[in-house]
Amino acid sequence: MTAAAMPTAFRTCPRTGLKVNATAEALIKANAVAATVALLIGGIAAILVLLTRWQAVHLLPADWFYRILTVHGMSMLIFFIIFFEMAILYFASAVVLNSRVATPRLAWTAFALMVAGAVMTEATMWTGHADVLFTSYVPLQATSWFYLGVILFAVGALVAVGIFFGTLVVAKREHTYQGSVPLVTFGALTAAIIAVITLGHGAAIYIPTYLWSLGLMKVDPEIYRMVWWGLGHASQQINVAAMVSVWYLLGALTVGSVVLSEKVSRGAFALYILFISMASAHHLLVDPGLGPAWKVWNTSYFMYMAVLASMVHGFTVPAGLEVGQRARGLTKGMFEWLRKAPWGDPGFSAMIFSIIVFGFVGGITGVTFGTEQINIIAHNTLRIPGHFHATVVSGTALAFMGLTYYLIPLIFRRRIAFYPLAKIQPWLFASGMLIFSLMMTFAGTFGVPRRHWDITFSGAPFDVQFNPAVNLVMGIMALGGLLAAVGGGIYILVTVWSVFFGEKLPAGAYTGPGLPPGIVTPPKPIPPGEHSKKATGTLVLVFVFLAAFIAYYFINWKLLSVVWKIG
Amino acid sequence: MHTGLDSPPRIWWTPMHGAERIWVTVAFAWCLVLFAMMPLWHLKGQQNPSGIRHRVEPTRYYQRVQEFIKQYQVGQEAGIPVVAPPPGSDVYLLAQMWKWTPVLKLQRGVEYTLHLSSLDVNHGFNLSPVNINFQVVPGYDYALRVVPTEAGDFRIVCDEFCGIGHHTMVGKVLVVDSTGAPVAPRPGGTP
Repeated sequence: MTAAAMPTAFRTCPRTGLKVNATAEALIKANAVAATVALLIGGIAAILVLLTRWQAVHLLPADWFYRILTVHGMSMLIFFIIFFEMAILYFASAVVLNSRVATPRLAWTAFALMVAGAVMTEATMWTGHADVLFTSYVPLQATSWFYLGVILFAVGALVAVGIFFGTLVVAKREHTYQGSVPLVTFGALTAAIIAVITLGHGAAIYIPTYLWSLGLMKVDPEIYRMVWWGLGHASQQINVAAMVSVWYLLGALTVGSVVLSEKVSRGAFALYILFISMASAHHLLVDPGLGPAWKVWNTSYFMYMAVLASMVHGFTVPAGLEVGQRARGLTKGMFEWLRKAPWGDPGFSAMIFSIIVFGFVGGITGVTFGTEQINIIAHNTLRIPGHFHATVVSGTALAFMGLTYYLIPLIFRRRIAFYPLAKIQPWLFASGMLIFSLMMTFAGTFGVPRRHWDITFSGAPFDVQFNPAVNLVMGIMALGGLLAAVGGGIYILVTVWSVFFGEKLPAGAYTGPGLPPGIVTPPKPIPPGEHSKKATGTLVLVFVFLAAFIAYYFINWKLLSVVWKIG
Repeated sequence: MHTGLDSPPRIWWTPMHGAERIWVTVAFAWCLVLFAMMPLWHLKGQQNPSGIRHRVEPTRYYQRVQEFIKQYQVGQEAGIPVVAPPPGSDVYLLAQMWKWTPVLKLQRGVEYTLHLSSLDVNHGFNLSPVNINFQVVPGYDYALRVVPTEAGDFRIVCDEFCGIGHHTMVGKVLVVDSTGAPVAPRPGGTP
């Protein structure tokens, strides 16, 4: 038997002292590789979509544009993200808790199901049998194989989530850790619970839709939208919970961030679980199916309690960093702790940019556009993809990229190839995505529709004139997108090269080139004694954030108040 | 002090950190403001997506649009009937692959009840360049009380993907100044 096949084989990580189970390690590798393949497919699709929406290039014909847009959405939002999250679940359960994986054979079956589902879905999309976009709104119909592929993938993911819970039980029972699970594992547990809610919605809508595609039953278009978004938006909350866990994880690995209060951080995670599944409402605010009371209550996630959770994490993560840095002697002024942080560590820079863009752009736009009435001037315009590229790409994907620079040495046990490129990768990707998502949002403010092949409307009975600024804004958007694509390309080059052709690390120690500083020189232990828990720098930063939030929110009410009267 | 990778000390239900207490309180208060704004706008604001909502058979809705066109048609443009409904009337707009029917001629400052529905798949009503957006779902009649507050030549762009001809789906709304015609007062606000 090889080591990977032996469920009880362990090695001790020289950096963290954690006992790493061989099966867990193999599962993490497999899921991470699958995620990267999906990212590559989705990334190529992204460039093609971008070069078509950039009206000066207008690359693809209409049919291929919608086909590739479907591929982009499915490959990124479903396959890349969920495969990577499976890797995180195995890491946060088995590795962080020094445990074996519950039911390894079933874990591989789950992985095989996910791969089969993903391949089936990709095949239907590329062959033009599923030109229905990511949302596949009924009654627009794809081939039955498309829905079946998604169902197989979701079943595989659900089984893997079950194994995560099983592994937690095994670890508890076999006393592989002391006391409560660490915060990172708690966050992953949150993501896993939300995944169950999400995948439940997925089953509730894709199974009837599959039967509908076979002609066996009817599906109401409005009910489809409501239940589908129980999957579509709730799955983004898996991403949020996983991303926040990765923030805590990278904070710990790169600078030794501390947890200020377990109560507050865990309470915030619990708020996600309680209220996140109401997010479906965001997509139905200007729909005919539902009344205002339902819309107001649900779109606010029970009076914005899930937004509160994100605002709490947006504070506790940098504050934990500040308090940790101050305890290690970086006490000068308001911001020495931030200035002297390891900005050259791709794990650190990715985490910080992820927090900033997610909060300032993704969070603020999301809450604003998800306001019942403001949605009138946002729904289905480019403002919406502008919002979610700031959350799920600059937020989640960037955090996952930062984590990868630690997974390569810690799990794949290889040096990072082209390390100088890896160091600048988060900078390129974050700045590109920031320009891209801001410009997309601006273009949407002028009413430019999303999911649209040609905003010169060739062949339409009437001409449409947008504000002349739109061309310029979308040109800058394209440049930002290309910059981000360069960053994404570097990420794929670095990871694929490191994993398959990279130099193997000698067992026992981490020294030499091609390793992030958080691994070569781990954060110093905090000197014993009492430490001030001062977090004034962070407090200043979050109030800057709040000011931006208030300004953007009320500007949008102002913009709304000047359009036609509607009631 | 410990990191997020360590198991916390045995008793971790401890009082909040001072700065944390400040931020959580402020953030919570802001969330309540966010929530209050929506009901408040229903009371005081002039733009709400409530409307009157009914289920409707797509074929039945199609017939209703044809009756509406027959009743108020004043011309034709680009092969699409132009309709000038009287102030205060019900206006029926049909979305289908890939056109909006009919072209509407409305008066500024007058309230209409604008019905939206689809004959086939989901479509998106996007009034350009005003930037007003509504989802148009087959089987549902979304009736919105609308007051055009500016005169001009407007377009309806489809902003929900509806198939290969999606980008050609452009409709038209003409808003004219109501010369001499009485302006209908709007309940609860100025016309």
